[in-house]
Amino acid sequence: MSKRLEIDYAGVHFKNPVALASGTCGFGKEMGEYFDIQRLGGLCSKGLTLHPRGGNDGIRVWETPSGVMNSVGLENPGVKHFMECDCDRMNRLDLVNIVNLGGHSMEDYLEAVELLNGCDLDLLELNISCPNVKAGGMNFGVKTEMARQVVREIRKACRHKLVVKLSPNAEDIVGLARACEEEGADGVSLTNTFLAMAIDIRRRKPVFDNVYAGLSGPAIKPIALRMVHQVAHAVQIPVMGIGGISTWQDAIEFIMAGATVIQVGAASFMNPAIAMDIIDGMERYLEENHIANISEIRGIL
Amino acid sequence: MAKIISNERLSKDFFLMKVEEENHAVMGQFYMLRAWGEYPLLSRPISVFDADEHSVSFLYKVVGKGTEIFAGLKAGAEIKLDGPHGNGFPEAEGKIALVGGGVGIAPLYLTAKTLKKLNPASKVDIYLGFSDQAILVDSYEKVADQVTLNVGGFVTDDIDPLQYDVIMTCGPEIMMKVLYKKCRSVGAKAPLYVSMENRMACGIGACLVCTCKTTAGNKRACKDGPVMLGSEVFGDE
Repeated sequence: MSKRLEIDYAGVHFKNPVALASGTCGFGKEMGEYFDIQRLGGLCSKGLTLHPRGGNDGIRVWETPSGVMNSVGLENPGVKHFMECDCDRMNRLDLVNIVNLGGHSMEDYLEAVELLNGCDLDLLELNISCPNVKAGGMNFGVKTEMARQVVREIRKACRHKLVVKLSPNAEDIVGLARACEEEGADGVSLTNTFLAMAIDIRRRKPVFDNVYAGLSGPAIKPIALRMVHQVAHAVQIPVMGIGGISTWQDAIEFIMAGATVIQVGAASFMNPAIAMDIIDGMERYLEENHIANISEIRGIL
Repeated sequence: MAKIISNERLSKDFFLMKVEEENHAVMGQFYMLRAWGEYPLLSRPISVFDADEHSVSFLYKVVGKGTEIFAGLKAGAEIKLDGPHGNGFPEAEGKIALVGGGVGIAPLYLTAKTLKKLNPASKVDIYLGFSDQAILVDSYEKVADQVTLNVGGFVTDDIDPLQYDVIMTCGPEIMMKVLYKKCRSVGAKAPLYVSMENRMACGIGACLVCTCKTTAGNKRACKDGPVMLGSEVFGDE
């Protein structure tokens, strides 16, 4: 591989700008049986919470035209288990170790961040698309001021580089991204899944026990791309683009819209090694167009 | 890509597809099948009906877009096989009952064949339950000591769990649950193994959409299963 794809994200070196999105690749173990995951630029861990979570009951996945809805409910082994069993292995891999953290109250977030201060990792990706149990279940990532509060407190407590993962369900995603920057986030990633719904007309009931679920996949790509474009224009901190990327052309679009790193999520369900095709395609594109480094085309629109 | 040797319609909704594939698939495992490029987005998990070194067969029922596409494939066409995945049924000996409902009968064919090969002295009985039309009964009769057929009723009514050392089942969750309860209520000592059919996405244990909440903690149907102990899956009910 040439150096055409090498980039710097908030002071962290990526050998290429392609990472696997949280929740689609576990902690890298299973994917590693499929392809050489060390060809990836980065890997985002399964979303962790302070305590282990069993996740949601009922149907957890539902296919849509060009997309997929999920309602896993943050099933995960908890921060302590991750630190004992997975973190070292992820750190030993030649890729950027991005640890994703969610929470359902400020206290939970802060306790988890304190614990994670005790281990090494490259980037902490903060999932703020969780319901705040202390605010009537309102998602932390909807209201700018609630998100600001979370980022402010976590920034004070966290010794790691902090990337805030934005929800497309935000009331004002641009304003919310600006608030993250003002509170000291090192970067933002967007978007998380879109709140969506499916109904089983035979049973006359929602498909998901939780009623609503998160839509991802190519179905959301044009909307996510637009949001990345808007946010990248509004903030100075680097952006990770996420949302339905399934081809190298999609990835290049997100880079041109202003993303420094892109994450591949649902597309890995089409083919677990699809990120390899994306990396190869991007490399070829740069070579054919005589682009010495991908940063030359970042945010050109 | 693998080449389809045959893809035969057995009844209104049931098809049997044989594919060229070097493999070491064992009873109760499954493959992720894909006969298209991008969409439908997800591949389809389909149980191994039969396998030898050079081919794998899949018995499937048309239930949606993916299986509809499978049904339209002709011999000579190509299909992407990813697998085999999952743990499969455990090796066992003695008096064994295999209980299948609907398309859940699929993994029981290779299971019966394998168990008889493992120990020809084992007695392997198969119970097949169909809602309307029976299929492949002759084939199952060739690999089992006895086949009990139930069309339109409850296949779980036909089995006496006390007659067996081990029971394995695959079918609708409600059917497997009824069987579990029956085994417990008659005081059967035979362990009951159930093969779970939860909806899957990645098929390799990474995405956690096929999780089963068991008494032994969360288990992934695709990676830790699909075969689990009935007592773990239904034990707390």
